[in-house]
Amino acid sequence: MMKKLLLAGAASLAMTGGAWACAFENTVPVSSLSAGFEAWKSVTEAMAECGNFEAELDQEFRTKQPAAFAANPSLYQIGGVSNGTVTPLINEGTIRPLDDLVAAYGENLSPNQLIRVDGQIMAVAMMVNTQHLMYRQDIFDELGLAVPTTWDEVITVAEAIQGAGVVDYPLGGTMKSGWNLAQDFNNMFLGFGGQFVGDDSMPMINTEAGMKALDMMQRLTAFMDPEYLVSDSTYVQQQFQQGKIAMANLWASRGGAMDNEAESQVVGLVNAAAAPLAMEGGAPATTLWWDGIVIAKNITDEEAEAAFRVAMEGLDTEMVQGANDEAIWLISGYEPNRLAAGAIATATASPPPASYPSTSQMGLMHTALGNELPAFFTGERGAEDTLAAIEEAYITAAKEAGILE
Amino acid sequence: MKFRTFAMFVGPSIFLMILFIAAPLATVFLQSFQITQPVVETQQVETCTPGFLEQTCVTETKTVPVLDEFGNPVTTTEWVGFLSYQRVLQLDRVGAALAAGSWQQIMAIDFWKALRFTLTFTLLTLPLILVVGLGLAVAVNNAAKAIRGQIIFVSLLPFIITPVIGSLSIYWLFVGDGILTAGLEWWLERDIAMFAQAWTIEVLMLFYRVWHVAPFAFVIFYAGLQTVNQDTLESAIIDGASRWDRLRYVVIPHLMPLIIFVSLIHLMDAYRVFEEVVGFRSQAHVISLQWLTYDFLEPDDAGNRAISRASASAMLTMIGIVILLIPLLRRTWRDHKGSSH
Repeated sequence: MMKKLLLAGAASLAMTGGAWACAFENTVPVSSLSAGFEAWKSVTEAMAECGNFEAELDQEFRTKQPAAFAANPSLYQIGGVSNGTVTPLINEGTIRPLDDLVAAYGENLSPNQLIRVDGQIMAVAMMVNTQHLMYRQDIFDELGLAVPTTWDEVITVAEAIQGAGVVDYPLGGTMKSGWNLAQDFNNMFLGFGGQFVGDDSMPMINTEAGMKALDMMQRLTAFMDPEYLVSDSTYVQQQFQQGKIAMANLWASRGGAMDNEAESQVVGLVNAAAAPLAMEGGAPATTLWWDGIVIAKNITDEEAEAAFRVAMEGLDTEMVQGANDEAIWLISGYEPNRLAAGAIATATASPPPASYPSTSQMGLMHTALGNELPAFFTGERGAEDTLAAIEEAYITAAKEAGILE
Repeated sequence: MKFRTFAMFVGPSIFLMILFIAAPLATVFLQSFQITQPVVETQQVETCTPGFLEQTCVTETKTVPVLDEFGNPVTTTEWVGFLSYQRVLQLDRVGAALAAGSWQQIMAIDFWKALRFTLTFTLLTLPLILVVGLGLAVAVNNAAKAIRGQIIFVSLLPFIITPVIGSLSIYWLFVGDGILTAGLEWWLERDIAMFAQAWTIEVLMLFYRVWHVAPFAFVIFYAGLQTVNQDTLESAIIDGASRWDRLRYVVIPHLMPLIIFVSLIHLMDAYRVFEEVVGFRSQAHVISLQWLTYDFLEPDDAGNRAISRASASAMLTMIGIVILLIPLLRRTWRDHKGSSH
């Protein structure tokens, strides 16, 4: 048995090229499950430098994570989560409080990174993410346009760009039916001051804010590629890179791709600004997200300690310096670049946008929105009928999930 | 054969069928009449999350599951009768829509929208696949022997491709300014968006499925053609039967059992249409019954999944397949009984 372990250790050391860049040599096997975007690649590569570490990067991680962490022992020690996907882990108690570990090994963390639930540290955030306005600076300069700060101004600007005919479509939209479309609605709905559910968990979608959000979204689609119901973040990113669109409310984590010379034809031409306001005096019409790590509960304390130390190596200044442009890092040593300005302006706006709510109700609402909204955009159903259908779908799901009686 | 020998041959197969088919089916059947819920309570929870420079803390009322002493969520299971079926079928809304005479209102309900597409898809692809498969088989059978091997190999290629990959390829060829859409735009001199409306997506789906499955029908029919009685064909020629007459009165009757076999397999497969919806990302415009079940099962970010409705939807899909197969199965049964005398 011992021999086997040693062999496995030697093999993984050989694979990761030795533990030279890590402050300690990890002897306990540690594995992680996280999303697969660029920032996670950099973080897990830095973790691997400690040895005995195996990373699983999977965009479908959210469907695996709750079951994998509920197993005893847990299938992974480290989980990569966001505020949307951490909910089932906290609810089912499959991740452990990190206060002791942070006290022992978290000397480089800033208080801002510690996600606290009822005072206990449950996760360590590494980056923030938000959807905000990205635009082609060269087109705006050429046409003498000011950067829009409200969605009404976006429409005015889009008309001017369309009139000039410099791009295929003035606007890009992450409106793929399902999760993306629902998220786009969430942004606009919150921007108009909406609240998803009341204290009694009953839906509050069929309201003035809901109607205004749908109306605004529909007006925006007139400036988009007619295939907007299949376009996700990657598609919009590519439209930007190929110079087909001039503006989009896009994820901050996609900013790095705009300046990627291997893919992009618009290197240095895309700038970012705060997410536009939906109404005067409101918060930017977007949500704030964080991504970070959690440690499983169903593992030994020894494993948890090793996992946390490995994770800290992944979230250190050295990693950030090698991957500065891949995310809006919360880790010390991060130098905000040109494209980070938009996310920072969004997060520091007054009033600030809400964090995406990590609640069971929001999960159900997101699904109901994703399933029922498309009929409005294909013209099969009016705005009010759609909002009523969303509420009905939410109530059915909430009853089945035991949230409503 | 002695019963004992028979049992020893068939036993393992029956055991595996019970384990992998009958048992899951029975579980799904039971689950469709049950609802399992976590016991939940509401709590005031303070959550602190990062802003860019400092944290924001909010206190909100959250619904959280109650955990037992081992840390597992406490759940309750209730028998609910046909509640999940009602939630999938929404018969009250169908009734109201029928009373109002509104087809559009019925199509706004996911299940009926999915059923409409699934049936159209199944019934339209079936004749196309039979005709294309038979056409290919007859053509290859008449081709020069030297090139037959190559033709068979090329015709089989679409069938080898994994369905999800195949549908994704078609999607990429046509989405946005995909190479084929760009070609069509250049040829017709107009702007085309293949994925902006339902009917173009459905046409692409039909095309893809026929392209993918016709080789299967072709191989079966081609094998059947090798067994056509040459004497009958020759006497038909002597009697002055044209090519078409020979096909209609000699070849097709001979191939009939194979045609029924291909139809059976295809009906079962096509009714479970799923890859096209995922590959073409067509949820906004077109959904299928199998996709609906998948959508119920897929957990959301908060980890909720609608298992009861998924089970009900799966049972309804199975019932649909059985209804579709009845006419063909009856015919096979009649033939079988006829031949045994």
